[in-house]
Amino acid sequence: MIEMPILSVKNLAVSYKTRKREIDAVRDVSFDIYRGENLGLVGESGCGKSTAAYAIVNFLGPNGRVRRGEILFKGEQLRGRSEAELRKLRGADISMVYQEPLSALNPSMRIQDQLAETLITHRNYKKADAFAESLEALKKVYMPDPEGVMRRYPHQISGGQQQRVLIAMAMLNNPSLLIMDEPTTALDVTVEAAVLDLIAELQERYHTATLYISHNLSVVARVSDKVAVMYAGEIVELAPARTIFHNPMHPYTMGLMRCLPDVDAPKGTRTLHPIPGRVPSPANLPNGCIFAPRCEQANNQCSIDHPALIEIEPGHQVRCLRRSKDWKEVQRLWAAAESAPREPEMAQLQLADETVLDVQDAKVYYPVPYKTVGGLVGLEKRQYVHASDDVSFAIKRGRTLGIVGESGCGKSTIAKALVGLEPLFGGKLEFLNVDISKPLSKRHINTIRELQMVFQDPNGVLNPSYTIGEQIAFSLRRFQTVPRNQVRAEVERLLNAVKLDESYYNRLPRQLSGGEKQRVGIARAISTNPAMVVCDEPASALDVSVQAAVLNLLLEIQKTRNTTMILISHDLSSVRFFSDDVAVMYLGRIVEVGPCETIYRPPNHPYTTALLAAVPRPDPDAEPSKIRLGGRVPSAINPPSGCRFNTRCPFKIGEICEQQEPPRRDLGQGHLIYCHLSPEELSKPQIS
Amino acid sequence: MATENLTFPKQTQKAPSGFMEAIRNLAEVIFASPTAIVGLTVVLIWVFIAVFAPVITRYDPLSQDYMLIDKGPSSLHILGTDDLGRDVWSRVAYGARTILMLGPLSVLVAFICGIALGLPAGYYQGWMDEVVMRILDSFMAFPTILLYMIIISAVGASSINVVIAIAIGGAPGIARLVRALTMDIRTREYVSAAKLRGDPDILVMLREILPNCRGPLIVDFLLRIGYAAFYIGTLGFLGLGLPPPTPDWGGMVQEGHSHMTSNVWPVLCATLAIVTLVIGLNMFADGLREESMRYQ
Repeated sequence: MIEMPILSVKNLAVSYKTRKREIDAVRDVSFDIYRGENLGLVGESGCGKSTAAYAIVNFLGPNGRVRRGEILFKGEQLRGRSEAELRKLRGADISMVYQEPLSALNPSMRIQDQLAETLITHRNYKKADAFAESLEALKKVYMPDPEGVMRRYPHQISGGQQQRVLIAMAMLNNPSLLIMDEPTTALDVTVEAAVLDLIAELQERYHTATLYISHNLSVVARVSDKVAVMYAGEIVELAPARTIFHNPMHPYTMGLMRCLPDVDAPKGTRTLHPIPGRVPSPANLPNGCIFAPRCEQANNQCSIDHPALIEIEPGHQVRCLRRSKDWKEVQRLWAAAESAPREPEMAQLQLADETVLDVQDAKVYYPVPYKTVGGLVGLEKRQYVHASDDVSFAIKRGRTLGIVGESGCGKSTIAKALVGLEPLFGGKLEFLNVDISKPLSKRHINTIRELQMVFQDPNGVLNPSYTIGEQIAFSLRRFQTVPRNQVRAEVERLLNAVKLDESYYNRLPRQLSGGEKQRVGIARAISTNPAMVVCDEPASALDVSVQAAVLNLLLEIQKTRNTTMILISHDLSSVRFFSDDVAVMYLGRIVEVGPCETIYRPPNHPYTTALLAAVPRPDPDAEPSKIRLGGRVPSAINPPSGCRFNTRCPFKIGEICEQQEPPRRDLGQGHLIYCHLSPEELSKPQIS
Repeated sequence: MATENLTFPKQTQKAPSGFMEAIRNLAEVIFASPTAIVGLTVVLIWVFIAVFAPVITRYDPLSQDYMLIDKGPSSLHILGTDDLGRDVWSRVAYGARTILMLGPLSVLVAFICGIALGLPAGYYQGWMDEVVMRILDSFMAFPTILLYMIIISAVGASSINVVIAIAIGGAPGIARLVRALTMDIRTREYVSAAKLRGDPDILVMLREILPNCRGPLIVDFLLRIGYAAFYIGTLGFLGLGLPPPTPDWGGMVQEGHSHMTSNVWPVLCATLAIVTLVIGLNMFADGLREESMRYQ
């Protein structure tokens, strides 16, 4: 007997109404999920992954509808069911886990009530029984202190714990189908690793059919058995995970693999190959193959004929006209190019031994608002958030310092303090031998011009009210970089430098994609020809293919202009790709600093080890590490005494960690580790 | 470095200039919303009446005809005459002029004051914010109409003073709105970028923050013109509006209401005029707001 799939989607088309017309966001999507199977749905943003998944439970919002196709759940048609019937199904037999755990939980209800509600509504449980079963569910997801968590409100537990609660809630009714929409995207890498462990384990134990949506190939590699790659509303390749990662056949899938920075490859040994162009809007699709305009292998035929999804070997479907043996040849060429020894172009061109920036014991504290009236008249002791505490480092000209750490570790704070956007509470900053410990308004305009910043959020980086050209020109006029009548020419030159053509001068920010906006942000930062640029997560809000292009661009700018850079990032892979030196921060302190290569191999600070262990690899066969961080980052108002990492350290020695500040251990080459463990102990295999 | 990988496909269509595109977008939003169209039509009818008042009326709004006092509609006086024998239609049409000049003007003055107070309060926060907002709160503590009456009785009834009263009454609310918008926008990264080129605070506020408040401010502006028309009418009714014999809708209601039983036309026409204009402005503003939020 042939097993029936839990979910079978056939020729699904979903459309959204817009002011002008109805637009198909998803077209011709078909897939099956069997019991115990995890299907990963990957693609860049705007490719219709979430739309396809939400169509299954009809969560499309007022202006979306399923236009064509069938959705068979256990053999029954879901399409066209009434809202009441679907509601019965959702939460009972089909469950969802959302991206943003905090907004998926009701902030005014205790965890126990939210969990119990599912059982009471769908299975008519009595309250006491529902509580008991909810507690069991929390234990199943390895929630630390489940009894305590039951009585708490969502904001009182950490992001990882919130996501565990959501997973527990989704599993409560033993659903046949679990839909997970980017469940780890909002989490820190260390927390993500633990949640992925959990998902993989639950999968093994309960055999729930799962649809797993993610933009992150490495995450999908960790949890999925089958992978469907979506591009602009269509599935372009569908295959078992191993095949997708080791033997991809569609140029888009191959392109996605080629633009991932590799945490295991040192700087200069790899280049990233971004996919040119951007995902077309569903309102404006090209004729023929939708990927053809961005495809390096496309020929004339590709822009005329629309390829069908064809099974080239059992279980491996590809939507490409050129899916023939010549791909093997292309892949071999690419592989050869990758492995060819690279000329040492990255070896520093002119490494003057000049220190550009010297940071000594920098402290950035934020005052906590007074809780009582007494505070206003000085009766309450002022409390501070210790966002950055005694941070010291120095950067030589032309080098890049990467600063890594989880969110809340103070890396962005220190970046803002450097450029003067946050006042310094204590310590000293020296830039080009000028003291810049004072706020921005007191700095000399020449200092400001030499120290610029690239921001994180592509949507916030440009003022929506002015054209691209005007915004760059503001900067040129302020610093009088060029004479007034040459401003326009200079703006166009800068646009070219970031690979945008002159027509962008008159465009408004909302006409640009995220990656293009980020390029304009970079053009603005380098318009003054600064000696140093601080990049605060410049690529983390972008899609992988665009991320690679932005990182490549920054690297090129650094090479041609010999700019010193600081790269703030939570992504250890892109830091390794980009940086010469790396500083690892935890809770406002630097725990390890040194040349890039020393950070990515033992001996490491235990925190660095945990961070590295948590990075997912784009390889389904990679053995997941056993080292996981528990708990949450403690409050920075009252940071733990002694070593700040002692509350979460997997290798804590004992009381010494809680009582004494860790000693500075110099391992040579500028590699410093702040830990009570000696370098010899840190090198031991169970630690590294 | 593979440079050819980085080039973006050139877009064929020419980028339209910012201003024309803004107009086109606005028209698109208005025409997508039936509410906005109806509101705009009503408002435009009143604007038309106000602009062409001398053309579309037969009599001077001030000229009195003692032979025709408190008469109903006739072929000569389509809406009848009032207690002094003045043509009601002329007075309504010229009254539209008054209200459509004083309304927007007073709201404009209120906006200038409100922005001048709210923008720095939201930008600097801290003690400055506290001081400004507490003073404005004390203004808001008065019932609006009472506040107007206090101001008008202190400075006397004239069209300038009506503008001043409505500006003072409206500024605190506008300041609060601007402050809230500013507090949100000041955290955007383009504001940091402006600071990072050493722009002085005033430039950051006016160039980076204020233009991006415009959406909510435009809607608020339209709504407030409606309220202003309403309050000008109320002040006129209380005898605190424009001094007679200026044609003023509120004043017409006030003069006519004592002998409403014998001739209802002056009161009815003036009231309908106020009601349609206020509703028209409100519908226009609401339609704009709803439509511009719909597809986000």
